[in-house]
Amino acid sequence: MARNGETLLRVENLRLHYRAAAGVVRAVDDVSFEVRRGEAVVVLGESGCGKTSLSRALLRVLPRNVAEYSGKVLLDGSDVMQLGEEQFRREVRWVRVSMVMQTAMNALNPVVRVGEQVAEPLRVHRNLPKARAMQRAAEAFELVGISPDFLQRYPFELSGGMRQRAVLAMALVTEPDLLILDEPTSALDVLTQASIMNQLKRVKRETGTSFLLITHDIATSSEIADRVALMYAGQLVEFCDASRFFGDPAHPYAKLLMASVPRLRQVVRPEHIPGQPPSLLALPSGCRFAERCPSRFERCSQDPPMFDLPDRHQARCWLHEKGGGR
Amino acid sequence: MNAPLVSVRELDTWFELRRFGFMRVGFVRAVDGVSFELKRGESVAFVGESGCGKSSLARTLLGLHRPTRGEIVFDGVPLHELDAKALKAFRARVGYVQQDPYGALPPFMDVRRILAEPLIVHGVSDRAEREKRIRAVLEEVRLTPADDFLGKFPHQLSGGQQQRVVIARALILQPAMIVADEPVSMLDASVRVEILNLLRRIQSQRELTLAFITHDLSTVRYFAERIFVMYAGKIVEQAQVDALLESPQHPYTQALLAAIPDPDAENAAHMQEVPGGEAPSLLNPPPGCRFHPRCPKAIAGLCEKEIPPVFEPRAGHYSACWLHK
Repeated sequence: MARNGETLLRVENLRLHYRAAAGVVRAVDDVSFEVRRGEAVVVLGESGCGKTSLSRALLRVLPRNVAEYSGKVLLDGSDVMQLGEEQFRREVRWVRVSMVMQTAMNALNPVVRVGEQVAEPLRVHRNLPKARAMQRAAEAFELVGISPDFLQRYPFELSGGMRQRAVLAMALVTEPDLLILDEPTSALDVLTQASIMNQLKRVKRETGTSFLLITHDIATSSEIADRVALMYAGQLVEFCDASRFFGDPAHPYAKLLMASVPRLRQVVRPEHIPGQPPSLLALPSGCRFAERCPSRFERCSQDPPMFDLPDRHQARCWLHEKGGGR
Repeated sequence: MNAPLVSVRELDTWFELRRFGFMRVGFVRAVDGVSFELKRGESVAFVGESGCGKSSLARTLLGLHRPTRGEIVFDGVPLHELDAKALKAFRARVGYVQQDPYGALPPFMDVRRILAEPLIVHGVSDRAEREKRIRAVLEEVRLTPADDFLGKFPHQLSGGQQQRVVIARALILQPAMIVADEPVSMLDASVRVEILNLLRRIQSQRELTLAFITHDLSTVRYFAERIFVMYAGKIVEQAQVDALLESPQHPYTQALLAAIPDPDAENAAHMQEVPGGEAPSLLNPPPGCRFHPRCPKAIAGLCEKEIPPVFEPRAGHYSACWLHK
């Protein structure tokens, strides 16, 4: 049995570019990070930064207009990018890595009982007989805080929060090592959101599943994050412990982003970030944030690499080059 | 000047629900017995979760839904007494900022045409006059230089810019009131603040009455003076912003505030307190206080039977809860 803290997923130089009429969209552009066992890594970013493409690249759920798809995705050290599609489907997708896609709760089949849908991954991937699969589905329901009575209901009989839990149960039912969640609570109400986050914490504690949570909601992400990876214009710009990120991030974009979050318990006026992110179709040379950055200097016309800072902290900013800046 | 701009009394907006188009099932009581007043030049927020009736209330205020019962008095004139012509004049005095800017803008019209439309409808026939007003309002929402935007179509604008166009359209007829239904919920965090600041600035410069509909209590402090908290079709609490955020009186407001995190790594270490259950169906709301099935402080024998009246536990702070009896 693998122990908590070992590296489960290592992503190296992952790229996912799309072909569009106007050129190549560099949605995921040389992204590297890792997730340890039992850990929750949050990928934060604003809309259009490539965070959903990143989740699709990891599970290989790709559209047809892919221009480039490359890099390494190591699960327990072996590169699943090398697997053929059939083998990937049989051994990885929904077996070792599950995913709750954005608005997945609206993708439930309306004419099939929820229980059967939740049990389906077991029937397909583990060849379990129906009765056994339904029993496991009931357990998964309990894990996410729904009464097993709901197994017999149809999706329209459930509220949004219940459906979101059912989708979560479907992703957990195969006991994956890694669960990718794309905006799991953004369509839900405040109280429902809080209760789903509670449930995720409980699942994390009880099952030791690793989480990769993809979201734009900074405050809610702090409910579960062990580490935070911040994306901007297709790249990771900062990767560090949650306490560091929410307290004292290193990248100028991260600092500005944190200052833009309205806070309920502090009377600090949130500040907006002037300008807009660059188009992924026409990325500037040099640092992609430079145009909006208050700390810009000459060096920023060159592409910054990820610099290593103390305490497993990385930031893509020339200010953190050794011997330069601070 | 001291007379309220809007006064709403015992307002019900119910929607009849029928099965197969004719079998009567009952009424969805989206807005149920709501009363309040809005002063001139005041900025207020209606806060609640989805399905609490806040959008129905907004649309009733705009004259888009007909109240089932009760009345809305706008600037001394009851809305239900207006004929079609007077209703059109009323609509020029109330601007509407929709939630989804992209959905609210016609995709085949450029910005100039979008902003000219309300002027044409309301009889500004002089082309030069229209152009002047369009340019002035673009200036006001900071889409400058105007020439860069006049010929653009909605899809050529960013989300924030689209929302500015929606705001410009709401302002162009010089309304006395703006109703903004979740004006920033579709936008990114860094853009949200910008749009909220813009609305707030315009509101104070023009001395507009601004009614925000929102589910996001964390931003309310920065753009509203008073808050109304809605639950299941009713207003459960009403107070000045700081009073409400610092000492919420109604158990629902307390739960709502407790469930909103500030970004802090400490949050991951413990569970949040969340009341169980879900908001009730508005078709068949629970008797008594509508929050009682979820309320941690419910008083047995009272809350499930009697509808709580509005109490004033502190000066100017109203709460519809039996705990204040």
